[in-house]
Amino acid sequence: MQNDNLGVEGDGIYAALMAAHQGLTEAESHALNARLVLIMANEIGDGQKLKTIFSTAGQYAET
Amino acid sequence: MPYDYKPFPYIAPPGLTGPEPRHAVAIIGAGPIGLALAIDLATKGVSNVVLDDNNVVSVGSRAICWAKRTLEIFDRLGVGERMLAKGVTWQVGRLFYGADEVYAFDLLPEDGHKYPAFINLQQYYVEEYLIDRARDFPDLIDLRFKNAVTDHQDRGDHVALMVETPDGSYQLEAQYCVACDGAGSPTRKRMGLAFEGQTFDEHFLIADVEMDDSPFGTDTPERWFWFEPPFHNGQSALLHRQPDNIYRIDLQLGPETDPKSEATEEKVIPRIRAMVGDRPFRLDWMSVYKFRCAKLDQFVHGRMIFAGDSAHVVSPFGARGGNGGIQDVDNLGWKLARVVQGQSDASLLDSYDQERRHCCDENILNSSRATNFMTPKSPIEALFRQEVLRLAHDMPFARRLINSGRLSMPGSLAGLPLQTANTAPIRPGTAIMDAPLANHVWLLDAVQGRFVLTGFGNVALPDIDGIDRIGIEQAAQNYPVYDAIDNLALDRYGADIAYLFRPDGHVAAAFFDPTPQAVAKAYARACGKIDGDV
Repeated sequence: MQNDNLGVEGDGIYAALMAAHQGLTEAESHALNARLVLIMANEIGDGQKLKTIFSTAGQYAET
Repeated sequence: MPYDYKPFPYIAPPGLTGPEPRHAVAIIGAGPIGLALAIDLATKGVSNVVLDDNNVVSVGSRAICWAKRTLEIFDRLGVGERMLAKGVTWQVGRLFYGADEVYAFDLLPEDGHKYPAFINLQQYYVEEYLIDRARDFPDLIDLRFKNAVTDHQDRGDHVALMVETPDGSYQLEAQYCVACDGAGSPTRKRMGLAFEGQTFDEHFLIADVEMDDSPFGTDTPERWFWFEPPFHNGQSALLHRQPDNIYRIDLQLGPETDPKSEATEEKVIPRIRAMVGDRPFRLDWMSVYKFRCAKLDQFVHGRMIFAGDSAHVVSPFGARGGNGGIQDVDNLGWKLARVVQGQSDASLLDSYDQERRHCCDENILNSSRATNFMTPKSPIEALFRQEVLRLAHDMPFARRLINSGRLSMPGSLAGLPLQTANTAPIRPGTAIMDAPLANHVWLLDAVQGRFVLTGFGNVALPDIDGIDRIGIEQAAQNYPVYDAIDNLALDRYGADIAYLFRPDGHVAAAFFDPTPQAVAKAYARACGKIDGDV
């Protein structure tokens, strides 16, 4: 997962993601994140790619 | 009217007074699986004895949802049309989250199939019809009620069974014994076989109520499913209709439940009242249960064979228990008949084990996934499910993620050794896809029950010993030829192509150029001669 697909738009996208969470309680933010994951998974739509994403993200879990 | 449970007569078996000649096949259990197998064997001329410790049909509706493939198999066995006539064919399903309807779907049946996607019909009717049908074979099917198998011994070239009756015990012998004795299989327990898998802690209440007044507010039978229903403090509820104005209600009760106190009228009546309002109803049957997904490591143990719930159990979501068991029978019947009649080596039975375990794994996978969706194990699982349900209002992909059971589909045997691979439109291993032929014949009727080489369109069919031939949209031949209605048969199977169907209606091979050598080789392979030597 060494590719950078966001490029110069990265800062703006990050800010938009933070803005989406603005003013939400922690529970509401969790729910929003769940919806985001589901919708993004549908947009990516490639089972193999998604499994790689899930395991890559999992590797960075705090232990 | 409540179902009239008439006891079947016990008749003192001949074995009580003297040794019986060895039977070809002994079947333990006269439930849907054992009875279907008895009939399947009889249609192939194989005599059998069915031993059941009880003498009435299933008490309570139990398995009620019969899938299309099962109905097609029952059609071959001679009870499909009767089941369809009595059963409830529902089309509209509604899914609720709390009090809100998330979406509704209409299962418009595709034209050109004899049977619908599924029907609801109580297990007691299915057993009654199967017993009536078994009585059509008085010389081949020996039904013995109140004959409990208490022990057995596999003696290498036959099986000996100890049987207890109201008049005492006797012994009988059979070349093969098939245990169709259910999820709690005494045969399996006697053999000490591991039966492992995933256990779920959740309790479910299942109840049948008789109501004249449809809770759907329409005469059309529907299927309603709730996540977090407003009338019940639990995760899910299900309501659907069976014949005789009987409604099936399933309520998820949660893990911390005392099944004994839950299965009482004092507890159940208020739960149903909360669901159906003030409509008058009569409680017909109820049960509180837990379930698991488990299977045997092997379905064939020497001369002892397992079929149905004795071999594998799943959760009820998706109706894969009874339907899976009937597909076991479909797969086993012709193979066991060939082996008993000396047409194939006993090794053909290994393919039953392999093919049905393959399908069983698929059933268990689907069933476990549905169960996991219905019983979130952590707050985050519950959160994801909640958001799926929210998105499902507007987003089709989220609707597809809602899992209250994936309905039983015919198992595919593609890639397994009896099949000869091909790139035909219907891939070898696939179960028959029905199509209408002229003069009210269905492809099902013309093909199932024996090896049939079927030519679609302009393709010459060689005459091979052991294989019947039929042609569809062909000029007159020295074998039966049918016209296709609306060209559906050729749309589905392709034109100018031949398919070899197994007796269980699965495609064994397909041929763009069916030479006698190619067909004979595929036939030998389908009968278990895997090396293809002819």
